Amino acid sequence: MHLAADPWVWVAAILTLFIFTFLYKDNPLYKFAEHLLVGVSAGYYLAIYWHNGVKPNIIDHLGQGQLIYLIPLILGLMFFTIFIPKTSYMIRWPIAFLLGAGSGLSIPATFQANIAEQIKGTMLQPLSFYYSNAALINAIILFVGVLTVLTYFFFSKEHKGALYTTARIGIIFLMIGFGASFGYTVMARVSLLIGRLQFLLGNWLGIIPSW
Amino acid sequence: MLQRKIPLFIVFLMGFLMTVQFYIPHPVSQTLYKYVLDWMNGVASMAIVLAVGSLIMHHWRRLKKPEFALYSAVTLVSLFFMAILGFFFGIREGSLFQKMFENVQIPLQATMFSLLAFYMASAAYRAFRARNLEATLLLLSAFILMIGIIPLGYYIHPRISDFALWILNVPNLAAKRGIMIGVGLGMMATSLKIILGIERNWLGG
Repeated sequence: MHLAADPWVWVAAILTLFIFTFLYKDNPLYKFAEHLLVGVSAGYYLAIYWHNGVKPNIIDHLGQGQLIYLIPLILGLMFFTIFIPKTSYMIRWPIAFLLGAGSGLSIPATFQANIAEQIKGTMLQPLSFYYSNAALINAIILFVGVLTVLTYFFFSKEHKGALYTTARIGIIFLMIGFGASFGYTVMARVSLLIGRLQFLLGNWLGIIPSW
Repeated sequence: MLQRKIPLFIVFLMGFLMTVQFYIPHPVSQTLYKYVLDWMNGVASMAIVLAVGSLIMHHWRRLKKPEFALYSAVTLVSLFFMAILGFFFGIREGSLFQKMFENVQIPLQATMFSLLAFYMASAAYRAFRARNLEATLLLLSAFILMIGIIPLGYYIHPRISDFALWILNVPNLAAKRGIMIGVGLGMMATSLKIILGIERNWLGG
């Protein structure tokens, strides 16, 4: 056993243990760590958004004399009108700017990434028939899967007859997908847990080799 | 006029310009795109003040209640401490701000999420029952994937990890693609409704 000498490792280890105490029951140590996390995160993002958002995208440009950047500055300051009841409606202007520009940018981007590329990747191409039997079978399963899942989400017509059967096959694909996502998420959390235990036993207590 | 019409006009103008510029690769539209992107980043970053302001007000009120006062004080002190460090002493590598991030925020966050491993396992134990075909498929798919991506799976059967990978890359991908296409169509429809002023819930009361 070789205890860590770095005080920051001790801070991290003690806070980690504070959070783990919740496994027994809710208690003041956990509440302290929980509130500390909220405060530190909020302060962190406040500073990060200033340094990586407001400063390089508005303030620095204004410093170089580009007065057109007064527009986003004024729009941003309009967020604060929410605190003055008489002018609070003006908060809608920066929201409108962000919503309008965001929606406009998202239409072509979404079409490209979520629709065109996905359809392109699903279509059975002549090349699929040349690789191998396994690749061909996988390509057909993928094609049938996407088509049946889309059918399941098609609510304009009642799911009866052929549509019912197709939608049922879609549910099978969805269930396998949800199961896989669940399994993957659980394993991601377990890997985080392993990481914390490695930190406690390795970096802090020195019982196992540190990572 | 000022309360509804101007915001609706701004939404329409920005939405129209940003959609159209994508299809017109002209220097003017590219310059407009660059400006709007800068402005969006700047304006959106200023919106965090509202979120933090609301958090501060909430905890400020709780300071008056003895049972919460100590915890709210921890939140407020840590918030101001981090913000002051970031604003006045910088956020570069090796700064106290980064040290706080690496040794306080990251361990707390990672441990908080790792706690979910226990709760997900206990919830799964209670909820996962092979009652019908769908539930059985969900259970099997999750089980094979969990076993397949750890070394134990390989020792049980060398092909389990291949099978887990196949589940991820074929049926799971088919389901995800179907959902993605649906979500994409929904996003486009909602964006159009916002730009054209059909969807006005964002204006509030």
